[in-house]
Amino acid sequence: MSDYILELQEISKSFPGVQALDGVDFNLRAGEVHALVGENGAGKSTLIKVVSGVHQPDAGEIQFQGRSVTFANPLIAQQHGIAAIYQEPTLFPDLDVAENIFMGRQPLQPVTRRINRRQMYEEAGKLLRSLGMNLDPHTRVRGLSFADQQMVEIAKALSVNAQVLIMDEPTSALTLREVANLFRIARQLRDAGTAIAFISHRLEEAFELADRITVLRDGHYIGTRAVHDVTLDEVIHMMVGRTLDNMFPKQEVEQGEVMLRVDGLTKEGLFYDVSFELHRGEILGLAGLVGAGRTEVARAIFGVEPADRGIIWLNGHEAHIRSPKDALALGIAYLPENRQQHGLVLPMNITQNVTLPILREFARLGWVDRVAEQRAAQSFAERLDVRAAGLWQKVRELSGGNQQKVVLAKWLAARPQILILDEPTRGIDVGTKAAVHQLMSTLVAQGFAILMISSELPEILGMSDRIVVMYEGRVTGRFTRAEATQEKIIAAATASAPIAENTEIQCL
Amino acid sequence: MASSTDQTSRRSLFSLVAGVRETGIFAFIVLLIAIVSLRSPYFLTVENFRDILLDTAVLIIVAIGQTMVILTRSIDLSVASGLALSGMVVGMTVSSHWGLPPLVALLMGIGIGIALGGFNGLLVTKGHVPPIIATLGTLSIYRGLTFVVSGGAWVDAAEMPDSFKWLARDTTLWVPNLVLFAAIVAIVFYYFLNHTRTGREIYAVGSNPDAARVAGIPVDRIVFLVYVLSGVLFGMAGVLWVSRYASAQSDSAMGFELQTVAAAVIGGVNIFGGSGTIPGVLLGSLLLGIIINALNLVRISPFWKLAVQGLIILLAVVSDVLISRRLQRALTLRRAG
Repeated sequence: MSDYILELQEISKSFPGVQALDGVDFNLRAGEVHALVGENGAGKSTLIKVVSGVHQPDAGEIQFQGRSVTFANPLIAQQHGIAAIYQEPTLFPDLDVAENIFMGRQPLQPVTRRINRRQMYEEAGKLLRSLGMNLDPHTRVRGLSFADQQMVEIAKALSVNAQVLIMDEPTSALTLREVANLFRIARQLRDAGTAIAFISHRLEEAFELADRITVLRDGHYIGTRAVHDVTLDEVIHMMVGRTLDNMFPKQEVEQGEVMLRVDGLTKEGLFYDVSFELHRGEILGLAGLVGAGRTEVARAIFGVEPADRGIIWLNGHEAHIRSPKDALALGIAYLPENRQQHGLVLPMNITQNVTLPILREFARLGWVDRVAEQRAAQSFAERLDVRAAGLWQKVRELSGGNQQKVVLAKWLAARPQILILDEPTRGIDVGTKAAVHQLMSTLVAQGFAILMISSELPEILGMSDRIVVMYEGRVTGRFTRAEATQEKIIAAATASAPIAENTEIQCL
Repeated sequence: MASSTDQTSRRSLFSLVAGVRETGIFAFIVLLIAIVSLRSPYFLTVENFRDILLDTAVLIIVAIGQTMVILTRSIDLSVASGLALSGMVVGMTVSSHWGLPPLVALLMGIGIGIALGGFNGLLVTKGHVPPIIATLGTLSIYRGLTFVVSGGAWVDAAEMPDSFKWLARDTTLWVPNLVLFAAIVAIVFYYFLNHTRTGREIYAVGSNPDAARVAGIPVDRIVFLVYVLSGVLFGMAGVLWVSRYASAQSDSAMGFELQTVAAAVIGGVNIFGGSGTIPGVLLGSLLLGIIINALNLVRISPFWKLAVQGLIILLAVVSDVLISRRLQRALTLRRAG
């Protein structure tokens, strides 16, 4: 047993109303990557926070290098050489890169205890270079791309000479190339003897990077397997407790007339000459790397930032969409990528969120008819199978998947014809993912048309009737469901040019 | 991956944005001086600027305390009441103990400030009372206590020893003591905020409290500390105030707390925490002092004075925000290109 650097035994932790962890085991060897997988709410994040000292377990034991330890706060865990990179970067936007790396541990002048700024910036620069970054340590963190922020987090972890590095969903907002870079660094660290705990929703990534996989479900420990002893299907089975027979429940739907036609849409600096058609009953997949301009096209169609040139046709008529209000009136709904930021009012309850776009309908002389509002919200929430303690529950308290359903319910309440879904399943667990896909199938069968932006190839291939690929703001490929393959899409999404020179676009 | 197509230009643009916050206020001050001196020849005299500096000195001291509180996403509305209470207690003490050395009186004021600020800090950190509510409560409590201890009476000039009155009125090496105090406070807190770990942690707590917690920074202790420091400064300012005006009154510095907030905000301190500098606060206080002084000189109807004062403050802040936003946009475009 002593070959474990960190060993957690029978860890339990409960929060008011939830048993987040129930007797969970987890251990780490030096020089391995150990993936921790499970659906949302399985307890991964809680376990990680126990390891990093943010939460203290109610029961169980933590052994570090064979000795029993208590991590009463994050600082103590750090002093043991445990560093964590959380899902959302935990950085100080107002401070610069070097200060973020060394906050609380700044090098001091020996006598005066004054911060030794020169040494701090030098060491920060050294760390960043060792990660292959040429980022100026004086750069303020506000305004850095997500990937750069993640690198700052890693530099922070390295600056404490971490023996144990925990990465909680580090890839969820990165482009393929950034993920590759992250993995390269992770392998480097592993080979240098660091123990890495890796959490990801993308099982493919766990299989690519990890040596062992531990599965949690509903706060329980399900099992640990060596990666080469287990298949993807087995892991999914362990995670959901059942086999997901169909991740992509695509139904054959008769396609109708053209509902939306986009002709030569251009916005300087963002996208150029984008054209496509969307039919009734169709799911059109918009594929490409993050930063290829897909979201910008969607935002232009929805009127958030209208295009400079080009025509949008709706049901054969030219449409002038200058604002989201226009778009909604014309039957277009847009489900944004960052649902917490753009799609939901977190402190409000489910009902209030769902009825937000149609509140006017329940208003009598400026007073909202609560009963009618409640009834409407109920019907949409049921249709989408939103799981909550009740419609009065605050959206903030819901899981990511359920939040996504509430956003969907909200836009369906506005009775749109065309749905634009931007990364509809990013950051949600496998089970909910399948449910969202099922829902998309049902919706198009009911006569909706869906424009789906996705960076996940299996999703694009599994759900789309036709696929449009964008690269650096231009359409570089069009495929039908039958002719599309992973290779063709990647080739179009990277314009099959050398990636290194042409994808400096993630900071758009 | 590092995406830095042109690293140097990015940085220089950034520092430009940062610098512009202060140069914007500076330009505004120059413009204001030019306009006012056209209307009032007395405005641009040495005596008048001495007056402005003296009037601004106390504001600077208290505004620096206010700034540290605001940096942590909190606010201290009790500073003016605390100033009055500390001034009143110290004023009454020196009137009954003529032999008390002025520096001891000053330390006594600081001690009272620490107690009052500490109470604010406890309410916010241990009592979990939102800062604006907690200090709104103590604003009334401290003012009320000032009336209670004084019984509504004044301590006037005749009741104070000269040595005490000279504390704020004397000069040292031709520099008025009051200005000297403000300068020392500014230098000490500039050093503290920029060159010590605790100082940087104040910024960290305001910039992202969750991240600060994860980084092992004792967030509550930092918040408590800034309230105590605010107390130190308003306690000290209370003594200087009484010394300067040679009178302690229960209603002195009424509404002064809003001036401290205004000075901080004009000086570019983000009201939502995390950013703001001491030089900015100095300029913000100075601008506010000049505005108030100028409005007295140009003989605007007293009914209009407050409204015009508010208008100029808004003008200063809005133009500052517009400039920095435009620069920020230029920066984004540049990086996208």
